[in-house]
Amino acid sequence: MGLRGPRANPLRPTPGRVARAGGDRTSGTDAHPRTDETTRASSPATGSVADTADASGVLIRIRGLGFRRSDRSILDGVDLDIQRGRVTGIMGPSGVGKTTLLDLIGGQLRPDAGTVEVEGRDVHRMSRRELFRLRTRMGKLFQSGALLTDLSVYENLAYPLREHTLLPESMIRKLVLMKLEAVGLRGARDLMPAQLSGGMARRVALARAVMLDPTVVLYDEPFAGQDPVSVGVLMSLIRHLNDACDLTSVIVSHDVVETASIADYIYVLGNGRVMAGGAPAEVRAERSDWVRQFMQALPDGPVHFHYPAPRLEQDLLG
Amino acid sequence: MLDSLARLGRGGLRTLERLGRAHLLLVGILGGLASMPARPGLLVAQIHNIGVRSALIIAVSGLFVGMVLGLQGYYVLSGFGAEESLGLMVAASLVRELGPVVTALLVAGRAGSALTAEIGLMGATDQLSALKMMAVDPVQRVLAPRFFGGLVAMPLLAAIFSAMGIMGGWLVGVGLLGVDDGAFWSQMQAGIDAHQDVRSGAVKSLVFGILVTWIALFQGYDALPTSEGVSRATTRSVVHSALAVLALDFVLTALTFGD
Repeated sequence: MGLRGPRANPLRPTPGRVARAGGDRTSGTDAHPRTDETTRASSPATGSVADTADASGVLIRIRGLGFRRSDRSILDGVDLDIQRGRVTGIMGPSGVGKTTLLDLIGGQLRPDAGTVEVEGRDVHRMSRRELFRLRTRMGKLFQSGALLTDLSVYENLAYPLREHTLLPESMIRKLVLMKLEAVGLRGARDLMPAQLSGGMARRVALARAVMLDPTVVLYDEPFAGQDPVSVGVLMSLIRHLNDACDLTSVIVSHDVVETASIADYIYVLGNGRVMAGGAPAEVRAERSDWVRQFMQALPDGPVHFHYPAPRLEQDLLG
Repeated sequence: MLDSLARLGRGGLRTLERLGRAHLLLVGILGGLASMPARPGLLVAQIHNIGVRSALIIAVSGLFVGMVLGLQGYYVLSGFGAEESLGLMVAASLVRELGPVVTALLVAGRAGSALTAEIGLMGATDQLSALKMMAVDPVQRVLAPRFFGGLVAMPLLAAIFSAMGIMGGWLVGVGLLGVDDGAFWSQMQAGIDAHQDVRSGAVKSLVFGILVTWIALFQGYDALPTSEGVSRATTRSVVHSALAVLALDFVLTALTFGD
């Protein structure tokens, strides 16, 4: 598929075997263990990350986050930390507020309570200009791909470069072809989004998300609706891009096996808050019935099969 | 009783809220004017999309409207022995009223509905959100070129409509019904005032251009991101545009010819 392996980086710990020393406890939830200082020292020379580096290596810090839609509480006091350089999975059943959480991190929604800090700054207190500047360092892979349908694959990838840089066309071409090569779709550059399969569209969207060499990439259900081959390709890409490009990745997904197999750390959301957090093995070993039901895909348990309703007899007999 | 009042109040507040959002969007779009010279290609593409692609339907409609005007005008004027004023009547009707108004209604139906559906679907398929996450303001990059494209295209389309209408009136009046050719054109030339008639028609079509594209873009941008939401927004776009054009036409006519 043309995927390159991760570049050797002597300063960077091997994926999945990152030094795990320390570890704060915050609001009843295990915070990420600290990464060692060498991880941060190896950050790309964008300046911004290193300059604003949090002493604990936390890139995204969320505290007391609350969000409501109409009368329904979606998130209610979420506390979590995203460590830089890691792949962090945020999992939970459908409708639990995972995508909402991602939108709140990207500043697309405003919370009703709590804070989201990226690089030490509250996203929702930033001016519009500051927020847009932050987003040039933040890529997002949408569940639908969200490719611009009137532009070819090549133009979709070139779009952010044309908007934010003054690079000559020859340089833009080289950069676009390099990113397309990384996701194995250099040969598809002239296709329109409507001509791509679901898996190909997701890979093009992934290439576009890292086009500006961001420091953090947010993935919204990257494996949803994909065939097994595409899932395998996407898993490999996410892990390798994270390590090769020194990214921080946040994956929102309800695909337990896939996410757990590439994540360094996992949070499980339920009932509007964090139900568990830890390394994948730790979360799998969690004794809570709720977390066990989700991680083992049990059909019934604390998360009921039935939506709340009156008794069946009452309903049937009027 | 109180419930009805509360419902009425809620409806009024929702309408005011929508009006507020529409005006904020307009301010955002106008803010995109500054970036237009740097990206002339975007504007040219939208003038082509809204203007050139609507030109055929506008020209054909104008021709038929002019032919009907020629026919009806001849029957009325010949009753007074004034059929030589047919050219003036056709031209005045088209340049002052029918050109700008019918063009705006046709553009609302053809290009306005397409704009609403396009922007609404871009919202429903996360394309607008993707632009925002790429630190690109969709109001300035996507909506503003369409708005200014509509603004440029509308007066040109109205001019095409009026010119084709006059040709239609001439075909019927002079070609079929035997009105004197020289009288047809000379009466028109003497009676149409460039300042009063042509300018008021141009101003009207410019105002309708703003109105139709603004309504279409707002409806698309504000549509619920579902197939039903986009469908409703498209309907609202055409209905609101038509009502707004007809109502504003009365106001503009009263202001222009009131004294």
